[in-house]
Amino acid sequence: MSALSLDIRLQQGDFRLNAVLEAELAGITALFGPSGAGKSTLLRAIAGFDRAEGRIGFDGLTWQGPDRFVPPHQRGVGMVFQDARLFGHLSVAGNLRFAARRAAGAITQDTVVQALDLAPLLSRRPASLSGGERQRVAIGRALLAQPRLMLMDEPLAALDLARKAQILPYIARLPGMFGIPVLYVTHSVEELAQIADRLIAMQDGQIVASGPLAQTFARLDIGAGGSRFEGGVILRAQVAGHDAGYRLTRLSVAGHELVMPEAALAIGDTVQLRVRARDVMLATARPEGLSAQNLLAGRITEILSEADTPFAEVFLDVGGQGLRARVTRAAVDQMGLRVGAQAFAVLKAISFDRRVG
Amino acid sequence: MIDLAPLWLTLKLAAVTTLILVLLGTPLAWALARSRSQWKPVAEALTALPLVLPPTVIGFYLLVFLSPSAPLGAAWRDATGQALTFSFAGLVVASCLYSLPFMVQPLQSAFESLGRAPLEAAASLRAGPWDAFFSVVLPLSARGYLTAVVLSFAHTIGEFGVVLMVGGNIPGRTKVISIAIYEQVETINYAQAHLWSAGMLAFAFVILLLVYTLNRRFPVHLG
Repeated sequence: MSALSLDIRLQQGDFRLNAVLEAELAGITALFGPSGAGKSTLLRAIAGFDRAEGRIGFDGLTWQGPDRFVPPHQRGVGMVFQDARLFGHLSVAGNLRFAARRAAGAITQDTVVQALDLAPLLSRRPASLSGGERQRVAIGRALLAQPRLMLMDEPLAALDLARKAQILPYIARLPGMFGIPVLYVTHSVEELAQIADRLIAMQDGQIVASGPLAQTFARLDIGAGGSRFEGGVILRAQVAGHDAGYRLTRLSVAGHELVMPEAALAIGDTVQLRVRARDVMLATARPEGLSAQNLLAGRITEILSEADTPFAEVFLDVGGQGLRARVTRAAVDQMGLRVGAQAFAVLKAISFDRRVG
Repeated sequence: MIDLAPLWLTLKLAAVTTLILVLLGTPLAWALARSRSQWKPVAEALTALPLVLPPTVIGFYLLVFLSPSAPLGAAWRDATGQALTFSFAGLVVASCLYSLPFMVQPLQSAFESLGRAPLEAAASLRAGPWDAFFSVVLPLSARGYLTAVVLSFAHTIGEFGVVLMVGGNIPGRTKVISIAIYEQVETINYAQAHLWSAGMLAFAFVILLLVYTLNRRFPVHLG
């Protein structure tokens, strides 16, 4: 695990970044928050492109301190920009060589070309590449600079949905293949659910939460004051099988079976499911005769009543995974819900994201 | 037969001037393109001055500052044993000043249109500032350089007033084509004046045609 430690301030016009963070980075860490939260600004400060006040350290190295500012090219930070920024005067191969010539390390051009399927593109000009191809080349180029840390600034923002779906698996594989932690900026819950292992959440220039994905995500909107963020959880599930007759895919979550419309997944694949708190109904006894088929039994771990609203958030433990339901406070009292009690959760809707690996 | 000495002198002057201007103009244009200082407009105005001043004004001040009685002229004379005024070296100094905007302005706009993006990309690939300048900025600004070099060269060839003021009309030393034409006309030698003038006209047109053509379709590809 790598450690990122920072305490920085940066004023840009009306926007003020005031970020304090001690985070373990492993695999893909999503830097998540609404547009204008300061995600890209923070990323640029970490890279050293914008000079913030304060302190930034990574893995025992001080990149920025009271009397020290390591320039970007000496930080060993790989950056994938939203707009790829390939060098137009060089071919794809030339762009890769640019990086490889300036860094020696374990990552070879052959591995990168293979991992990102770049072989057919090598002789092409950046101008002739599609948006998705450009980002693949940009990722490969960043890897060949042998970075200690890979920063990705909404690399898929300029792509359509189909292209996004093509590239996400490549990004998801990176930490495992190359052993480099990735800090990935996104405002999309879907991208987050598909590739992130850990989460750093930002709002209004501040870091509001950080930690492993499922736990952190489950509590994201709490105390975030006025946010329109849709609270919910991310559940990990295995593909148990398919029902060709009904065109359904069966998933297994903590010993329970869930079904969802048929998806092209192999049996045994791990997927991450996003379940919004408002899409979860609770029952104190196993309900019968419901059209909603997805039922999970769990134990209530916490009930948060929102004093000046009709609502309460109920947290459940389902075989070690968290689930969250948004119900009325009246329902909590009338049903006698309390911490430690058993409850059945009916999932009205699951949005489902593929997870490779 | 026509005396070709003014032609060679003109080409030599333009070549030396352009070379010096590339070396001086690059850091100046870079600083102007990057600067966010409140003094930037002042520097830009100073750089553009030769565009609007009558050449005689530039020539007059140069004559004053380059003459052996001024500190600059005296230092040059002490170092080389020769006066700067009415010499080839003096012409080079004058031409550099006179053609400066033609080098700096295309370069500055090339650097500005490039922006910070490629520099940040290069830095993220471990290229330091000098490395990034030579391996990314220069090749990506090739078109700007081409325009700047061609315009500076051509503009230096076309100068007259400044040269006459600073250099006079010394064959082999300061008598460039434009001065030669002036002299032929003064001595009512129209046939020679026609030859030189037609040559200059054709040259200027070809140069400008080249600039505009290249500006439209010059793919910068370097491997």
